[in-house]
Amino acid sequence: MSEASLIPTRPTRRDEAWRYSAVERLAGVDLDVWRDVDIAPGETWRECIVIEDGADTASTELRRLRIAVGAGARCEIFAIAASAEFARIEIEVRMGRGAHFEMGGITVGGRDTVREFVTRVVHAEPEATSNQTVRSVHWGKGTGNFLGSIDVVRDAQKTDAAQDFKGLLLDRGASVNAVPQLEIFADDVKCAHGATVGQLDETARYYMAARGIPPELSRRLLVQAFIGDALVGLDNDDTRERLMRVALDKLDKHL
Amino acid sequence: MLQIENLSAEIGGTKILDGLSLSVGAGEVHAIMGPNGAGKSTLAYVLGGRPGYEVTGGSVRFDGKDLLEMEPHERAAAGLFLGFQYPVEIPGVSNVQFLREALNAQRKHRGEEPLSGGEFLKLAKEKAALLKLDMDMLKRHVNVGFSGGEKKRAEMVQMGILDPAFAVLDETDSGLDIDSLRVVGDGINAIMRKPGKGVLLITHYQRLLQVVQPDYVHILSQGRIVKTGSADLANQLEADGYDKVMAA
Repeated sequence: MSEASLIPTRPTRRDEAWRYSAVERLAGVDLDVWRDVDIAPGETWRECIVIEDGADTASTELRRLRIAVGAGARCEIFAIAASAEFARIEIEVRMGRGAHFEMGGITVGGRDTVREFVTRVVHAEPEATSNQTVRSVHWGKGTGNFLGSIDVVRDAQKTDAAQDFKGLLLDRGASVNAVPQLEIFADDVKCAHGATVGQLDETARYYMAARGIPPELSRRLLVQAFIGDALVGLDNDDTRERLMRVALDKLDKHL
Repeated sequence: MLQIENLSAEIGGTKILDGLSLSVGAGEVHAIMGPNGAGKSTLAYVLGGRPGYEVTGGSVRFDGKDLLEMEPHERAAAGLFLGFQYPVEIPGVSNVQFLREALNAQRKHRGEEPLSGGEFLKLAKEKAALLKLDMDMLKRHVNVGFSGGEKKRAEMVQMGILDPAFAVLDETDSGLDIDSLRVVGDGINAIMRKPGKGVLLITHYQRLLQVVQPDYVHILSQGRIVKTGSADLANQLEADGYDKVMAA
């Protein structure tokens, strides 16, 4: 199968429908702009993507990455979407033989913002592994999305791909959506995906209150614990603290 | 220290406490015993301010202040500790982080300086040793994967660290084996048997009361105190059962 047929340059509307949660918000945005990254065989490439409040943050923020992960190479991306009316982090990954892709994503937001991850992981060769963990915390009328597609081509035996999404809604009116899409054409593979949505554990909050922890702090601690899952695979303390701080600052500022 | 007067409370419209009065002075340990459904845990939760427990009458004063007016976290900062019958698991939050945040939140509320990381760990180590709980347990997430007995020991470590003026302990002895019961009982004595402190010990069995000897024993039935006596009342209950003792 040629590369062109796996990631078509001119997709049809039907092919692409899965990846547009809020198509009207993308009006006027150039959808052909991608950052291309080639990771050489055996190499490791790490990237941290942060969309946070800043003087030059636009109302629509797009980050698009198209990555080819060479044989035996490793790609790690940890990202947070915490600003812009509409923020999207879109990642396409093409996995070489025995390669690994690790992604941890966080979306936070209130009002009527939409913040989302759109990923497409193409297991194009055998024995590659991928692990994606996304945590979304929203309030007001905010929305968090994780649209994740995993394609396993016919010869990509021994693929091991996992997708895990959890949403935490702090207000009635907030929402999260998970759209997993798995297309598997090989027969000896493991593909797992899970999605849950919940609210803060009020029993835990009462337990914390009974020990003297005020409500704002118990919420902060529980949110921190919740989004911490997305950063488990990150072995850089400074980066972890930075991403956590961006998320918690947003929460503190708006709640 | 704690004056409960004519307290009535309900859950979801069902009356559980019905005119309960009780006074605990400084330096005293009071035990509350009673048949299932008498309202023992409800009393504990009402004192702790748990949402869903509605006070419909009466008053509770704690060191002269109106306890029922305070938020749950304010009650803790004022010196009230509620030992849970079923301690809650909090995945993702370590015991050390939880307790340090709790202690410093209480100190802040009282206008005291926060404890540094080093000072806190020293205190935590000391209290964990008192309850014979491995310090590694405190690095794990709050109560996650703990056995029933470990949870109860961890509760007492929490009490040791927070050093409350008054403790309401709701069936702290349930789920403990004989050796753990002794350790937990000794822990309660070490932490709370001090002048100026008070304890309300809710229990089904007099075994804990052999270690933590109460000054008074009350029998709670149908939402009110129906009999009060000395420590010997617990022995009578053990021998004769509630019906006979309450009828006497």
